[in-house]
Amino acid sequence: MASSQVIIVGAGPAGVRAAEALVTAGLRPIMIDEGTCDGGQIYRRQPTGFVRSYKTLYGTEANRARNLHQSFESLRESIDYRPETLAWGLWEKQLYVSSGNRGEAFDFSALIVAGGATDRLMPVPGWELAGVYSMGAAQIALKAQAVAIGRQVVLMGSGPLLYLVANQYLDAGANVAAVVDTAPTGSRFKALPLLFARPGLLAKGISLAARLRFNGVPVYRGATPLSIKGDASNGVGSVRFRSRTGSEREISCDAIALGWHLRPESQLADLARCDFHFDPVTHQWLPSIDTDGRSSISGVYLAGDGVRLLGAEGAEIAGRLAALAVLNDLGHAAPVDERVRLRRRLDVMDRFRRGLAVAFPWQPAAVRELADDAVICRCESITAGDIRETIRVKGAVEVNRTKALCRVGMGRCQGRYCSDAAAEIIAAETNSSVEQVGRLRGQAPIKPLAVLTEQAGTITNVSP
Amino acid sequence: MGASSAFFLRQRNRSVILVERDLIGQQASGVNFGNVRRQARNLAQLPLANRSRAIWGQLPSLIGEDAEFLATGHIRVCYDHEWIDSLEDYVQNAREYGLELEMISRKGLSARFPFIGPEAVAGSFSPEDGHANPRLAAPAFGRAAARLGAQVLEKTEIVSIEKTGEDFELVTADGGCLRAPAVLVTAGCWGGILSAQLGEPVPIVARGPQMAVTEPLPYLIEPVIGLATNIPEEAVYIRQVARGNVVYGGGLRGPAYPDIRRAYVVPDNSVSQFSQVRRLVPALACARVIRTWSGIEGYLSDDLPIMGPSAHTAGLFYAFGFCGHGFQLGPGVGDVMAELIDRGASTTPIEAFDINRFSDAEQAA
Repeated sequence: MASSQVIIVGAGPAGVRAAEALVTAGLRPIMIDEGTCDGGQIYRRQPTGFVRSYKTLYGTEANRARNLHQSFESLRESIDYRPETLAWGLWEKQLYVSSGNRGEAFDFSALIVAGGATDRLMPVPGWELAGVYSMGAAQIALKAQAVAIGRQVVLMGSGPLLYLVANQYLDAGANVAAVVDTAPTGSRFKALPLLFARPGLLAKGISLAARLRFNGVPVYRGATPLSIKGDASNGVGSVRFRSRTGSEREISCDAIALGWHLRPESQLADLARCDFHFDPVTHQWLPSIDTDGRSSISGVYLAGDGVRLLGAEGAEIAGRLAALAVLNDLGHAAPVDERVRLRRRLDVMDRFRRGLAVAFPWQPAAVRELADDAVICRCESITAGDIRETIRVKGAVEVNRTKALCRVGMGRCQGRYCSDAAAEIIAAETNSSVEQVGRLRGQAPIKPLAVLTEQAGTITNVSP
Repeated sequence: MGASSAFFLRQRNRSVILVERDLIGQQASGVNFGNVRRQARNLAQLPLANRSRAIWGQLPSLIGEDAEFLATGHIRVCYDHEWIDSLEDYVQNAREYGLELEMISRKGLSARFPFIGPEAVAGSFSPEDGHANPRLAAPAFGRAAARLGAQVLEKTEIVSIEKTGEDFELVTADGGCLRAPAVLVTAGCWGGILSAQLGEPVPIVARGPQMAVTEPLPYLIEPVIGLATNIPEEAVYIRQVARGNVVYGGGLRGPAYPDIRRAYVVPDNSVSQFSQVRRLVPALACARVIRTWSGIEGYLSDDLPIMGPSAHTAGLFYAFGFCGHGFQLGPGVGDVMAELIDRGASTTPIEAFDINRFSDAEQAA
């Protein structure tokens, strides 16, 4: 237990609470943060000089946000905080990061990955037009830069974020032309038993939807996206969808926010060679952890939305639990009762998580029905037809093979925004399940890394 | 090697079963740099490489696809003046094998290939060499072989090979059995396991190439670029595909684990490559790498493959262990092995790759 270096990746709710627990035990963790300052995405801080209040920025979560920011302020001097730093690779017990063009490798005894989540997207024909953003991006534009993504915004998809962002745009004075929810009518009622696990959140959700109606924002439920229309010079012009009664609607807009809840950013866990499992509830691959956040790799701990989507409060708890697990494994005394209590809280939140998946489902059928000319992989302009042909003609039945043969997932996003849809198409075409189709194998760097990057220290020769 | 051999054997009307443990072209065939290069090869390989190059040019008519082959030329430069003699010697020697190369001075480099870094003092240019997409080539040959009537068994692992009487008996992992009068082992890094079972062990080791690709960039680099050097970490190679991404690799190798079929890119190697890539093509300083990958290549101690008939078992043939430089040879190896198996001899000399060079050495030792 001589000098145990613990590294935390992520300065959102999970990362900050993990740091807090470690500092209390006398450790000095390194915190790697891709952002400019703490808060992660949900409690993302506005740039210096901006003067919006916590209430304006974070609405009902203002207190939680303030609490987290203040906790971080008091931790600041006790940790080695590295903002604007990307953790891009991993090797044995070393984490590779870069800041600007300066690379560095840190040894660690324990690594807590709290890298959060990103948007989960479903292709909509025309989504490659300029003016289409993800839901999270639409929210960040507002939160971080006080701008809306357009003058007439349609928000389309499903998930709690759909209603939250719509309200935030409304409150900020942006023009929300419509909210288009693809969740089938009745899905929210089906989910009620599970959603009742967190009655406060459920109430918030209901009120968000009501506020939109009250403010005259058209809300369409049970909608089926048909296409996003526009042209190359002007970008998005309108969006077409089928309402739940079957009639076709077209709404003019100059920007669209698309989002179907979130997907964990699990690339570092993948690089660390952690086990993953397929979660049938949300139809996605998640890194596997025990009750406290230990992954299948000794020394690697996972917490927060990067593991499973329990939201901000869940992330705070998971971060703390992971740090307590680290302390326990490093030989420190561990508060047993507290951990039991925290685990129970997470179980309750997981119930709610499953409820959200029922209320705002990911709908494979929608993807499978996409026409051949629908673009699936926007980075590489690969269509559904390209993928289907690769399967039919070249015999690919698995996602990595399909990628090798037709390039889906080979672009900058490395499959973040296309692999879910690609897997559905492969499964449909091969008459198998998404789980059988497999998971795109991750490689370093987890985000694009500059060739200008230089790293001090000797280059070790590991060739035999 | 296996897929192209199957194709050419079918062209010669031989009955073929192509057996692959996973999927065709997933190992070294699919992860390599994609160099379709004759220049800088061991001279003994040039006849084979020339034969292969001719086939690369005919791929569309032969197998219906081009695997994105582009004859962009290959420029091999050096930083050290002492290498110039070496390059010139090679130009002379290669000419005798029908490979026409052109020495280019520093001035010539600036005029014709201005994107090459100022440290390069001279180069040797091979106009007919080029590059192709390694992900596509072997699977394309496999499909073409199947269209010609080869029986292709993927996801089928051979656990043992034995000669019993006139025929070989191959047992598969799922308990099946295949029988044939001739066997060609093209199992790459794992070929040594099979050759050892058949009484002909070879000293083959596994290494992982360290590959990287950038985001798409404006098209700038036409030829494939290589560096002649004795310094391992300097030896990077670079190509730009039509879509604009730059693929590169080289420098130090990474660890490879044939038992689990995984090989890894060492992050330190990636950073080391950045500095070498910036030296070789300074314009790439503006680029960002979006992915790295590795794979399993088999290396023999003398940097030459195992190719040819078994030293002591009739009907048994080998083509494996191409030491990280087999991609260009693929079509030629298939053509030659098919000829060898069909007719008993090949018009292209391959004695230098005989498997018995290792049993001789063992007997001598």
